[in-house]
Amino acid sequence: MADLFGRGEKPEYLFWVGCAGAYDDRYKKVARAFTKILTHLNVSFAVLGKEESCTGDPARRAGNEMLYQMQALQNIELFKMYEVKKIITICPHCFNIFKNEYPDLGGNCEVISYVQLLDKFMDEGKLKLDASKLKNNRITYHDPCYLGRSNDIYDEPRSILKSLTTNYVEMDRNKSFALCCGAGGAQMFKEAEKGNKEVFIERTEDALKTNPKIIATACPFCMTMMTDGLKYKNKEEEIKNYDIAELIAISLEL
Amino acid sequence: MIKQIVFAIALLITLGAFTFTILRIISFFKLTKKAFPVRDFGKRFGVMMEVAFGQTKIFRRPVIGFLHALVFWGFCVILIGSIEMVIDGLFGTDKVLKFLGLFYDIIMASGDVFALLIAISILVFLFRRVFLHIKRFEGIEMKKISHLDANIALSIILFLMLSLLGMNSAYYSHTTLVGGTIEGVYPVSKFLSAIFSGLTTDSTLVQYEIFWWMHILLIFLFANMLPYSKHFHVFMSVPNVFLSRLEPLGKLPNMDNVTREVKLMMDPNTAFATPAAGAPIERFGVKDAEDASWKNYFDSLACTECGRCTSVCPANITGKKLSPRKVIMDLRARMKEKGPMLVKNGKDYTDNKSLLRDYISEEELWACTTCNACAKECPININHPTLIIDMRRYLVMEEGSAPGELKAVFSNIENNGAPWQYSSEDRLLWAADLEMNVK
Ligand code: SF4
Ligand code: SF4
Repeated sequence: MADLFGRGEKPEYLFWVGCAGAYDDRYKKVARAFTKILTHLNVSFAVLGKEESCTGDPARRAGNEMLYQMQALQNIELFKMYEVKKIITICPHCFNIFKNEYPDLGGNCEVISYVQLLDKFMDEGKLKLDASKLKNNRITYHDPCYLGRSNDIYDEPRSILKSLTTNYVEMDRNKSFALCCGAGGAQMFKEAEKGNKEVFIERTEDALKTNPKIIATACPFCMTMMTDGLKYKNKEEEIKNYDIAELIAISLEL
Repeated sequence: MIKQIVFAIALLITLGAFTFTILRIISFFKLTKKAFPVRDFGKRFGVMMEVAFGQTKIFRRPVIGFLHALVFWGFCVILIGSIEMVIDGLFGTDKVLKFLGLFYDIIMASGDVFALLIAISILVFLFRRVFLHIKRFEGIEMKKISHLDANIALSIILFLMLSLLGMNSAYYSHTTLVGGTIEGVYPVSKFLSAIFSGLTTDSTLVQYEIFWWMHILLIFLFANMLPYSKHFHVFMSVPNVFLSRLEPLGKLPNMDNVTREVKLMMDPNTAFATPAAGAPIERFGVKDAEDASWKNYFDSLACTECGRCTSVCPANITGKKLSPRKVIMDLRARMKEKGPMLVKNGKDYTDNKSLLRDYISEEELWACTTCNACAKECPININHPTLIIDMRRYLVMEEGSAPGELKAVFSNIENNGAPWQYSSEDRLLWAADLEMNVK
C-alpha cells in the first residue's frame, strides 16, 4: 500500500490479510488462493504488508477493551492516511470488527467479506467457475459464527459452493442453527475450559454425518478447528478441509 | 351495587399491590448503568410485530412453538374480554363492549375458541414438565422452586381458561333460558352449555356469577404473582422485544470511558475531552448487579427460563460450566438480593459479595466463544454475550486477571501486532513469489 500510495496510485480495495493469513501456515494458502483470484479477475487492490496490525478482535473479546481500542485507533489512522474506502477481508472476525465496531471509533469504510465479493462477481458474470473440477465431490459447509449469526451472511457461500459441485450437502445444524467451531471469542488462543468434549470434535461429528469428501470453511479459526477435528477422527486422508477461496482457485486452476 | 363496591375494593388492592411491586422494580433500575439510546421507533415497532406478535423466534422450535404461539395470541384476544369485565365490574354494566357489533362477535368467538386451545396447550406443557424429562428444563440454575414456579403459573392459566369457558357457557345457558339475546358468539361454550342443559335459571345465574368472580379474581391474583415469577415475561417480553438491541449480533458496544483514556494516552492534547475533575470514576466492566446496564437487567426480568439459549450453547453442549440462561438468572437473583439494600443504604453499600464469583465464576465466563447462538435463539431477544464480555472486561481491566495464554496474547498484540509471537517484518512472507499486483 505504501508503495502504491507513494506513486500516487489508489487501488480500489484494501485486501486485509489478517494475522492468520499472514502467519498461520495453513491459512497462508487461503490468502494466496484469494489473491490469485483477485489477480485473475483484475481487481484493483493492495495489501498493507508490514504495516498491517492485529484488528484487536481477540483482545476485545477477551475483555481487553483498552488494548483493542489502541489497535483500532492505530489501524483507523492508517486507513485514513492511505485514504482507504473499501476493505475486503477473508477473516470473518476482521470483517465483523471493521464493519460493526470500528465505526464507533471513527473508522468508516465500506467493508466487504470475500464471500460477498466473489458471489457478486459470479452474479455479474465476471467470475465463471468451472464446475467440472469438483463436480462429484460431496461438499458440506460449516457456517462461521461471525459471518452467519453475527452478520447474516448465509446465502453467498452456499451459492458459490453450489456452483462448484452438484453434490452439496447441509449438516443438520446449519445457518443460524450452526454449531460454533469452538474457537471464537479468543478461545482459539487458550485451552478450552473443562468439559466432556471439545467443541470442535462435536462439530466435526456434525460434518462427518453428512459423509462429505470436502468440508468447506470460510474462517481461519474454523479451518484450524475442522482440520484438527479431522485429524482427531483419523479422517484427514479421505476428507479434506478447504476454504471457499481455495475451492474456487482449484476450479479455476490458479 | 354491593357487587360494584366489592369489585372496586378488589381492583384497588390489585392495583395497589401491583404499583408497589413496579415502583420497587423501577427503584432497582435506577441503580443500573446506561445502555444504548432508544431510537428508531419505526424499526423497533417492526421487530416487535415480527418477534413478539409474530412469535417468529418461538417458531424456531416448530411444534412446541406453535402451541406457545396459540397461547400468546389467545392471551391478546382474551385481554380485550378482561378489560370489558373490569369496566362491567366497576360500573355495573353488562357486556359493555357489545356496541362494537361484528367486531365484538369476532373477539368473543375467538376468545372462546382460544380459551379451549390454550387449556389444551397448557395441559401439554404441564404434561411435558411433569412427566417428560426435557433436558432444556434442567441445569444447575434450575432449582426446585423454578419448576414449582412454572407449574403453579401453568395451573393458574389453566384455571383461568376453565373459568372463562364456565362463565361463557353459564352466560349462554342463562340467556337462552330467560329468552334474552346473546351478545357475542361462543362456539365452544354453546357446545358446553348443551352438555349441562336442564338447569334452572337461578342456578345458571349463580353459576355465571361464580365463574365471573373466579375468573376476574384469578386475573388479579395472577397479575400480582407474575412479577415474582418467571412468568413476568407475560408483561415484560413484548416491551423487551421492543427494546431489542438493533445492531448485528456480532457487534460489541463500545466503552466510551476507555476511548477517552486511550485517546488521552495517544494524544495528551485531547485532555480537555476528559470529564471534569471530580467526576466519579467509573468502574470498567461489570462486577456486580449495579454495574450492568438497564437493558441487561430488563433482559433478566423478562427471561422466561425456557433454556433455549443454553440448549444451543456450544460450551454447555460440550459439558462446560457455562449456561447463558444461568448468567441471566444470576443477574436477576443478585439484584433481588442486593437491590433493596442499595436502595436503602445508598450506592456505597456492600455485603462483601458480588455477581462475579459469588454467582458467576470466571470459569463460566472464559468458556464463552461469543458465537451468539444464545442471543439468536432467545425468543425475546435477550443478549447474553454483551453481559458476559462486560464481566470479562472487569476481570481483565480492573483485576488484570485472565488465563495465562490470553495474557500472552495481549502482550503479543501489544508488541508484535499479532496474537502470535511473530515479527511484523514477516507479515508478507505468505505472498513470497506470488505473481500479482500486490505491493
Ligand atoms: S455466545 Fe457464549 S454463552 Fe452464548 S451460546 Fe455462544 S458460547 Fe454460549
Ligand atoms: S435468556 Fe432467552 S432463551 Fe434463555 S432462558 Fe431466558 S428467555 Fe429463554
